[in-house]
Amino acid sequence: MNTTVHHPLEPSTGSKWFAAVVVIGYALVSLIPLVWIVMTSLRTPQDAIAYPPKVVAQISAIGYVDLFTTRSRVGVEELAKLPPPTTWYEKLIREQQMILAGPSRFVDRYSNSLIIGFGSTFLSVVLGTLAAYGFSRFRVPAKNDLLFFILSTRMMPPIAVAIPIYLMFRQVDLTDTHTGLMLLYTVVNLSLSVWLLKGFMDEIPREYEEAAMVDGYTRLQAFVKVVLPQASTGIATTAIFCLIFAWNEYAFALLLTSGAAQTSPPFIPTIIGEGGLDWPAMAAGTTLFLLPVLFFTILLRKHLLRGVTFGAVRK
Amino acid sequence: MNTSKSARHGLSDRALAWIFILPTVVLLLAFNIFPLFWTIYLSFTNYRANRPNLDVDWVGLANYVHVLTNEDVWASMQATAHFLCWSITLQILIGFGLALLLNRRFRSHSFWSTAILLPMMLAPAVVGTFWKYFFEPQYGIFNYLVGMVGGPTDFTMLGDGDLSPWAIILVDTWMWAPYVMLLLLAGLRSIPPYLYEAAEIDRASEWTKFWRVTLPMVMPFIVLAVLFRAIENFKMFDLVDQLTNGGPGSITQLASITLKREAFEKWRTGYSSALAIILFVSIYGMSMVAVRFLDRVKQR
Repeated sequence: MNTTVHHPLEPSTGSKWFAAVVVIGYALVSLIPLVWIVMTSLRTPQDAIAYPPKVVAQISAIGYVDLFTTRSRVGVEELAKLPPPTTWYEKLIREQQMILAGPSRFVDRYSNSLIIGFGSTFLSVVLGTLAAYGFSRFRVPAKNDLLFFILSTRMMPPIAVAIPIYLMFRQVDLTDTHTGLMLLYTVVNLSLSVWLLKGFMDEIPREYEEAAMVDGYTRLQAFVKVVLPQASTGIATTAIFCLIFAWNEYAFALLLTSGAAQTSPPFIPTIIGEGGLDWPAMAAGTTLFLLPVLFFTILLRKHLLRGVTFGAVRK
Repeated sequence: MNTSKSARHGLSDRALAWIFILPTVVLLLAFNIFPLFWTIYLSFTNYRANRPNLDVDWVGLANYVHVLTNEDVWASMQATAHFLCWSITLQILIGFGLALLLNRRFRSHSFWSTAILLPMMLAPAVVGTFWKYFFEPQYGIFNYLVGMVGGPTDFTMLGDGDLSPWAIILVDTWMWAPYVMLLLLAGLRSIPPYLYEAAEIDRASEWTKFWRVTLPMVMPFIVLAVLFRAIENFKMFDLVDQLTNGGPGSITQLASITLKREAFEKWRTGYSSALAIILFVSIYGMSMVAVRFLDRVKQR
């Protein structure tokens, strides 16, 4: 009977066209900021503050050179007396009436982001996988209360948590250390990690492990050899979400680090301040900072919904 | 039987469950619950974190009274409420609109939905920084684009007390309307087709189908989206800190910005702890409701 009914859900061609035009229009407008920031990173500081804004401008690497270096201004006569620049970036710097003074702190801050991001992701995924398996497979007293408690920790406002954490870190000398921030991000990500992974684990049929255990595996062996490989997509997805969170986090980084362990998000805004309004350098830093996230978002697109609803909504 | 089985199977399930779950619970207790109780304790004292050697006095409820009778706090609550109402309304309208359109499954719809989702995953603080550049009145692209579609160009989005709240709402909507879209699209796709088929048999108009089938069925997802956005925007810090830093004056000083100023600039630790607890209780209330809806949506 069903086959004879015309499918009423199939929209007409006209309405599809209308939908496509509006959606693509919105997408293009909403991408302007991202395109513009990448374009700004490739122009000269003068072009970046031109009015009206230039859509087509001379392409220059000065933003990236400024991002990675510190420079000092020198007089014209003094500049003329110097030996000619030996590298292409020194040449670019000289053209701005400056000389190379040294490397900037961008590489340090970027690698801090990488170390803290990957370290905390590793920890929260390992702990989250164990806990998720525990919640998924075993009878745990007050399971739902515990799970709710874990989720609720995510809802706390970071600034409110930062007050006692600041005092705690000061007491045990964790302020401005990689370990401190790594631990904190691990904890903040645990709620997401447990909830997401529990969703993925719930989808793996119990029969797989039970069959393995009948074959003589212990529970632990079954977990390692049967469940973990089955959960690998879920683990990878969770890891990327944790990594993006740690990569993007700003409030704790701002309040709990100042130098040695400072990550990129609190550092990038300070690039503008050095030597007037250097928008291309800021844009260059932003571009290098955002590119990995954009890449991972595209990689994750099928699992985004799951990630942003703590695993509750799957499709 | 029991002994031979557990000997053969290594650790008992019960032991394994605890070994697996305990590290997570202990870490969360140490970094969330212990600090929470510490904050509660601090909120009854006059402690100042920048003067650790000063005597700490128990002041009872004085901090709470000061917070709740402080006009600046109420002003910042009002700013937060304004931001919450408008950002959520716009995000729901735009997000729902986009979801309805994407649900028509035109060719390449999944490519464009991914493109739309990109802003959502970016660091809000960094987004705030580069939007500051777009909002520059002299050379920013925002004024230029507004002028291009026929609007005025002689305004300063971030320097004008009437406009700066809308700057935050605009950027937040740019980032998060896609989130609502994603969630509501899932809602739309969870509606069983037979409901529309039944409506078709009754010769219901498109309008009736929307009000009688689509909207009621998507409602739990809309409520969930509102709650999630409300919780996130109530905590909103990164974006505003970079975009306006509460300014001009304290027009866009949302609750979190006030908290940061009290706690980490004026170092009134006891007082700001009381404010933190008040914020936390409000958000916790919303979260309880959100989690209940999460369960309802999950059953679909």
